Amino acid sequence: MSMAKQRVRFTFSAEMVREPIIYRLGHDFDVVTNIRRADVRSDVGWVILELEGTDDEIQRGLDWVGNTGVRVDPIAGDVIEG
Amino acid sequence: MAFVKGLKCRECGREYPGEALNVCDFCFGPLEVIYDYVTISEVVTHQRITDGPLSIWRYQDLLPAEADDPVDIMAGYTPLLKAKNLGKRLGLNNLYIKNDSVNPSFSFKDRVVSVAATKAVEFGYETLACASTGNLACSVAAHAARAGVDAVVFIPADLERGKVIGAAVYNPTLVAVEGTYDEVNRLCSEVSDNYHWAFVNINMRPYYAEGSKTLGYEVAEQLGWRVPDHVVVPSASGAMFTKIWKGFNELACLGLLDGVSPMPFGADQNTVHHPAVTTRMHMAQAAGCCPIVSAWENQQNQIRPVRPDSIAKSLAIGNPADGIYALRVIRESDGSGYAVPESQVVDGIKLLAETEGIFTETAGGVTVSTLKYLAETGAIGPDELTVAYITGNGLKTQEAVEEVVNPLLVKPMMGSFEAALENRMAAQV
Repeated sequence: MSMAKQRVRFTFSAEMVREPIIYRLGHDFDVVTNIRRADVRSDVGWVILELEGTDDEIQRGLDWVGNTGVRVDPIAGDVIEG
Repeated sequence: MAFVKGLKCRECGREYPGEALNVCDFCFGPLEVIYDYVTISEVVTHQRITDGPLSIWRYQDLLPAEADDPVDIMAGYTPLLKAKNLGKRLGLNNLYIKNDSVNPSFSFKDRVVSVAATKAVEFGYETLACASTGNLACSVAAHAARAGVDAVVFIPADLERGKVIGAAVYNPTLVAVEGTYDEVNRLCSEVSDNYHWAFVNINMRPYYAEGSKTLGYEVAEQLGWRVPDHVVVPSASGAMFTKIWKGFNELACLGLLDGVSPMPFGADQNTVHHPAVTTRMHMAQAAGCCPIVSAWENQQNQIRPVRPDSIAKSLAIGNPADGIYALRVIRESDGSGYAVPESQVVDGIKLLAETEGIFTETAGGVTVSTLKYLAETGAIGPDELTVAYITGNGLKTQEAVEEVVNPLLVKPMMGSFEAALENRMAAQV
């Protein structure tokens, strides 16, 4: 199965900012996480990272992240415009 | 010729050649065009600009694409109207409307897409693409037709038919995506990685965004090479807001504003602020999608993405790519942000139509309602030179103002007409 890379941005709310989401993404799924830029504060945070794995495994991991309440976006912001 | 030196990451400062890139490989920060301003300052003059075409390409020396044969449907050089009636209503004696709703595809998007399309052709792309819920789709499809290249336009599957027709008439490949707003975003980001297409606001974004600078240039030129005291600008991604500011500062630094001495751009061209540019930049967003204004109101240094829920669909970007930079411009310019209550968006559309004869879309309603708020709260003084940017045409969002249709229903007889007229006049007293 071919490997893929995906660049994403996670946004953490105050409730989620202390959770080890990225650790668990790398531990519980067959996905390599590579953080490139971040700004994490006590009440909010974002992390821009690259994920590497199979398409299916990255998707499974991102679905899990989304279900925790962490927001997942493309790194360049919304690309659909009015 | 274009005076482009290359691209530079706004976050880490790494430089790249002027290719079809939008993100820094190292930190994934956004890339911006950097220019050879020394050479530009040697060639650009008022005369050279005014001798140019009546479109954005009169500012070709300050745009990042070769202008010998641009993809041009005559975007730009739109009217700047003294808004006497609206000004009187709001207590503003020096108010102007920049009416960008009269561009060829009826929105300001023609400015940015003209630059992106020209650059795409220069790079050898044969397909122009975008994801859109309205204005951008129309503009991309129109420019692709003009350029003689293919267009692929992604739209949400549930988009209203009226909005689709404005793009479909140019015969692009329309892809209707059955999914949420977030899923459309994700799919298009992935498609742009896998197809050799020029996505205007993804891999063409550094060049595309520069087209909005012309909104700053034109206003300054139309005011006699000076900048306003205040501008009111609707914002979605925040890119246009930052580029109007950049446009004013470029003119100042190049010595193109009357009575203003030129100044070096310094190491970071994209954050240069000439002290003569004292324009206060006011951002207008609708309350149903106002992540940038919220950050400004709450004195935050991060933009918190939101799920859009607004009738101002053309401003409905919940995760704005340039939000953080727009926030910095508000602060740098001592400006402000206002989130217009959803119930007042249509009021703004009607106010502009009734006073100045300009029919704008919901984004314009947001702008006018913000202008009204700023005038009422004294943030804009009665005699201060103010420009409100109207960026889209009302024919695009007619459903928002359907309630205005209230004709006198009469029989084809004079008596019936006069009775109905009398009733209406009595009701208005």
